[in-house]
Amino acid sequence: MSSGISDKPVQPWQLIMDAEAQQSAGEIGATATFIGTMRDFSQRKNLEKMVLEHYPQMTERYLEKLEKLARCRWPLQDCLIVHRVGDIYPGDPIVVIACWSSHRRAALDACDWLIEELKHNAPLWKKEYGPEGEHWVEENTDGHSQGA
Amino acid sequence: MSIQVKFFASLREKVGKAEVELNQAANAAEAWQQATDNAPRPDNVLVAINLDYAKFDSPVKDGDEVAFFPPVTGG
Repeated sequence: MSSGISDKPVQPWQLIMDAEAQQSAGEIGATATFIGTMRDFSQRKNLEKMVLEHYPQMTERYLEKLEKLARCRWPLQDCLIVHRVGDIYPGDPIVVIACWSSHRRAALDACDWLIEELKHNAPLWKKEYGPEGEHWVEENTDGHSQGA
Repeated sequence: MSIQVKFFASLREKVGKAEVELNQAANAAEAWQQATDNAPRPDNVLVAINLDYAKFDSPVKDGDEVAFFPPVTGG
Protein backbone atom coordinates (compact mmCIF):
# COMPACT_ATOMS: atom_id res chain seq x y z
CA MET A 1 0.00 0.00 0.00
CA SER A 2 1.07 3.61 -0.40
CA SER A 3 1.00 6.28 2.32
CA GLY A 4 -2.29 6.66 4.13
CA ILE A 5 -4.61 5.32 6.77
CA SER A 6 -5.30 1.66 7.57
CA ASP A 7 -8.29 0.46 9.56
CA LYS A 8 -6.78 -3.04 9.67
CA PRO A 9 -3.65 -4.29 11.46
CA VAL A 10 -0.46 -3.56 9.55
CA GLN A 11 2.81 -5.46 9.32
CA PRO A 12 5.48 -2.74 9.21
CA TRP A 13 8.32 -4.82 7.79
CA GLN A 14 6.08 -6.25 5.11
CA LEU A 15 5.00 -2.72 4.12
CA ILE A 16 8.66 -1.71 3.93
CA MET A 17 9.61 -4.77 1.90
CA ASP A 18 6.67 -4.20 -0.47
CA ALA A 19 7.82 -0.61 -1.02
CA GLU A 20 11.40 -1.74 -1.60
CA ALA A 21 10.23 -4.28 -4.18
CA GLN A 22 9.08 -1.32 -6.32
CA GLN A 23 12.29 0.67 -5.96
CA SER A 24 15.17 0.63 -8.41
CA ALA A 25 18.30 -0.96 -6.97
CA GLY A 26 21.55 0.96 -6.75
CA GLU A 27 20.36 4.48 -5.98
CA ILE A 28 19.44 4.02 -2.33
CA GLY A 29 22.14 4.07 0.28
CA ALA A 30 20.10 4.67 3.43
CA THR A 31 16.77 3.61 4.84
CA ALA A 32 15.47 5.27 8.01
CA THR A 33 12.39 3.83 9.70
CA PHE A 34 10.17 4.75 12.60
CA ILE A 35 7.61 2.29 13.93
CA GLY A 36 5.37 3.41 16.76
CA THR A 37 3.68 0.65 18.74
CA MET A 38 1.06 0.71 21.48
CA ARG A 39 2.33 0.40 25.05
CA ASP A 40 0.20 -1.02 27.83
CA PHE A 41 0.83 2.09 29.89
CA SER A 42 0.79 5.86 29.51
CA GLN A 43 -0.48 8.14 32.27
CA ARG A 44 -2.42 5.04 33.33
CA LYS A 45 -1.36 1.41 33.80
CA ASN A 46 -2.48 -1.89 32.32
CA LEU A 47 -4.11 -0.43 29.24
CA GLU A 48 -6.13 -2.99 27.37
CA LYS A 49 -7.00 -1.22 24.19
CA MET A 50 -6.87 2.04 22.31
CA VAL A 51 -9.23 3.40 19.71
CA LEU A 52 -7.72 5.77 17.18
CA GLU A 53 -10.11 8.19 15.56
CA HIS A 54 -9.38 10.25 12.48
CA TYR A 55 -11.06 12.88 10.35
CA PRO A 56 -11.87 11.00 7.14
CA GLN A 57 -10.42 12.78 4.12
CA MET A 58 -8.58 15.45 6.11
CA THR A 59 -6.22 12.97 7.76
CA GLU A 60 -5.42 11.21 4.50
CA ARG A 61 -4.90 14.56 2.83
CA TYR A 62 -2.64 15.72 5.64
CA LEU A 63 -0.45 12.60 5.42
CA GLU A 64 -0.16 13.05 1.64
CA LYS A 65 0.85 16.66 2.21
CA LEU A 66 3.51 15.62 4.73
CA GLU A 67 4.95 13.12 2.27
CA LYS A 68 5.07 15.75 -0.47
CA LEU A 69 6.75 18.28 1.84
CA ALA A 70 9.36 15.74 2.96
CA ARG A 71 10.10 14.83 -0.65
CA CYS A 72 10.57 18.53 -1.49
CA ARG A 73 12.75 19.23 1.53
CA TRP A 74 15.07 16.22 1.32
CA PRO A 75 16.37 14.22 -1.64
CA LEU A 76 14.32 11.10 -0.98
CA GLN A 77 14.09 8.21 -3.39
CA ASP A 78 10.97 6.99 -1.65
CA CYS A 79 8.83 7.68 1.40
CA LEU A 80 6.11 5.75 3.21
CA ILE A 81 3.73 6.90 5.95
CA VAL A 82 1.02 4.56 7.21
CA HIS A 83 -1.11 5.23 10.29
CA ARG A 84 -3.58 2.88 11.92
CA VAL A 85 -7.09 3.87 12.97
CA GLY A 86 -9.71 1.83 14.82
CA ASP A 87 -9.10 -0.70 17.59
CA ILE A 88 -5.47 -1.16 18.56
CA TYR A 89 -4.02 -3.45 21.24
CA PRO A 90 -0.74 -3.38 23.19
CA GLY A 91 2.11 -4.35 20.91
CA ASP A 92 0.22 -3.41 17.74
CA PRO A 93 1.97 -1.03 15.34
CA ILE A 94 0.31 2.40 15.28
CA VAL A 95 2.45 4.22 12.74
CA VAL A 96 5.05 3.23 10.18
CA ILE A 97 7.34 5.78 8.55
CA ALA A 98 10.16 4.91 6.19
CA CYS A 99 12.43 7.20 4.20
CA TRP A 100 14.84 6.04 1.53
CA SER A 101 17.66 8.24 0.28
CA SER A 102 21.11 8.02 -1.28
CA HIS A 103 22.62 9.28 1.97
CA ARG A 104 21.87 8.67 5.65
CA ARG A 105 21.44 12.30 6.79
CA ALA A 106 18.53 12.98 4.43
CA ALA A 107 16.81 9.71 5.35
CA LEU A 108 17.27 10.18 9.10
CA ASP A 109 16.30 13.87 9.15
CA ALA A 110 13.22 13.34 6.98
CA CYS A 111 12.04 10.43 9.13
CA ASP A 112 12.52 12.44 12.34
CA TRP A 113 10.72 15.46 10.89
CA LEU A 114 7.83 13.37 9.61
CA ILE A 115 7.03 11.69 12.92
CA GLU A 116 7.18 15.00 14.80
CA GLU A 117 4.97 16.77 12.26
CA LEU A 118 2.52 13.87 12.26
CA LYS A 119 2.32 13.74 16.05
CA HIS A 120 1.71 17.46 16.37
CA ASN A 121 -0.58 18.17 13.43
CA ALA A 122 -2.17 15.12 11.80
CA PRO A 123 -5.84 14.93 12.80
CA LEU A 124 -5.80 11.73 14.85
CA TRP A 125 -7.03 11.14 18.39
CA LYS A 126 -6.38 8.33 20.84
CA LYS A 127 -8.84 7.01 23.37
CA GLU A 128 -7.40 4.55 25.89
CA TYR A 129 -9.28 1.75 27.63
CA GLY A 130 -8.13 0.06 30.83
CA PRO A 131 -9.04 -0.84 34.42
CA GLU A 132 -9.60 2.86 35.20
CA GLY A 133 -12.14 3.22 32.41
CA GLU A 134 -11.84 5.05 29.10
CA HIS A 135 -9.92 8.29 28.61
CA TRP A 136 -9.04 10.51 25.69
CA VAL A 137 -5.32 11.22 25.46
CA GLU A 138 -5.19 14.98 25.89
CA GLU A 139 -1.91 15.87 24.22
CA ASN A 140 1.21 14.37 22.74
CA THR A 141 4.50 14.69 24.55
CA ASP A 142 7.43 16.71 23.27
CA GLY A 143 9.45 14.51 20.91
CA HIS A 144 12.71 15.58 22.52
CA SER A 145 11.74 14.73 26.10
CA GLN A 146 12.06 11.42 27.95
CA GLY A 147 8.30 11.01 27.91
CA ALA A 148 8.10 10.86 24.12
CA MET B 1 -26.69 24.70 0.18
CA SER B 2 -25.65 25.06 3.79
CA ILE B 3 -22.66 24.91 6.12
CA GLN B 4 -21.80 21.53 7.56
CA VAL B 5 -20.22 21.61 11.02
CA LYS B 6 -18.45 18.55 12.45
CA PHE B 7 -17.02 17.75 15.87
CA PHE B 8 -14.40 15.10 16.56
CA ALA B 9 -13.05 13.02 19.44
CA SER B 10 -13.47 14.39 22.99
CA LEU B 11 -15.01 17.57 21.66
CA ARG B 12 -17.83 15.58 20.02
CA GLU B 13 -18.57 13.99 23.40
CA LYS B 14 -18.45 17.33 25.25
CA VAL B 15 -20.65 19.09 22.72
CA GLY B 16 -22.94 16.06 22.48
CA LYS B 17 -23.23 16.04 18.70
CA ALA B 18 -21.17 14.94 15.75
CA GLU B 19 -22.64 17.09 12.99
CA VAL B 20 -24.77 20.18 12.69
CA GLU B 21 -26.07 21.92 9.59
CA LEU B 22 -26.20 25.73 9.57
CA ASN B 23 -27.88 28.06 7.14
CA GLN B 24 -25.11 30.63 7.35
CA ALA B 25 -22.18 31.84 9.42
CA ALA B 26 -19.73 34.65 8.76
CA ASN B 27 -16.69 32.85 10.09
CA ALA B 28 -15.58 29.77 12.03
CA ALA B 29 -16.12 31.43 15.41
CA GLU B 30 -19.71 32.20 14.51
CA ALA B 31 -20.18 28.64 13.25
CA TRP B 32 -19.01 27.39 16.68
CA GLN B 33 -21.47 29.68 18.48
CA GLN B 34 -24.40 28.61 16.38
CA ALA B 35 -23.55 24.91 16.30
CA THR B 36 -23.01 24.70 20.07
CA ASP B 37 -25.78 27.09 21.15
CA ASN B 38 -23.15 29.50 22.43
CA ALA B 39 -21.23 26.98 24.52
CA PRO B 40 -17.92 28.37 25.80
CA ARG B 41 -15.10 27.45 23.46
CA PRO B 42 -12.12 25.73 25.11
CA ASP B 43 -8.82 27.55 24.41
CA ASN B 44 -7.22 24.54 22.75
CA VAL B 45 -9.91 23.85 20.16
CA LEU B 46 -8.60 23.56 16.60
CA VAL B 47 -10.58 24.37 13.49
CA ALA B 48 -10.45 23.22 9.87
CA ILE B 49 -12.40 24.55 6.91
CA ASN B 50 -12.82 22.26 3.92
CA LEU B 51 -10.21 19.84 5.29
CA ASP B 52 -7.46 22.43 5.87
CA TYR B 53 -6.44 24.01 9.16
CA ALA B 54 -7.99 27.45 9.54
CA LYS B 55 -8.43 30.23 12.11
CA PHE B 56 -11.53 31.22 14.02
CA ASP B 57 -11.77 34.46 12.09
CA SER B 58 -11.45 32.63 8.75
CA PRO B 59 -14.51 33.37 6.61
CA VAL B 60 -17.05 30.63 5.99
CA LYS B 61 -19.22 30.45 2.91
CA ASP B 62 -22.16 28.46 1.70
CA GLY B 63 -21.23 24.84 1.03
CA ASP B 64 -18.22 24.83 3.37
CA GLU B 65 -17.43 22.10 5.87
CA VAL B 66 -16.20 23.42 9.22
CA ALA B 67 -14.66 21.00 11.72
CA PHE B 68 -13.77 21.53 15.36
CA PHE B 69 -11.49 19.18 17.24
CA PRO B 70 -9.18 18.93 20.26
CA PRO B 71 -5.35 18.84 20.11
CA VAL B 72 -4.22 15.88 18.03
CA THR B 73 -2.70 12.79 19.62
CA GLY B 74 -1.71 10.44 16.81
CA GLY B 75 1.61 8.71 16.19
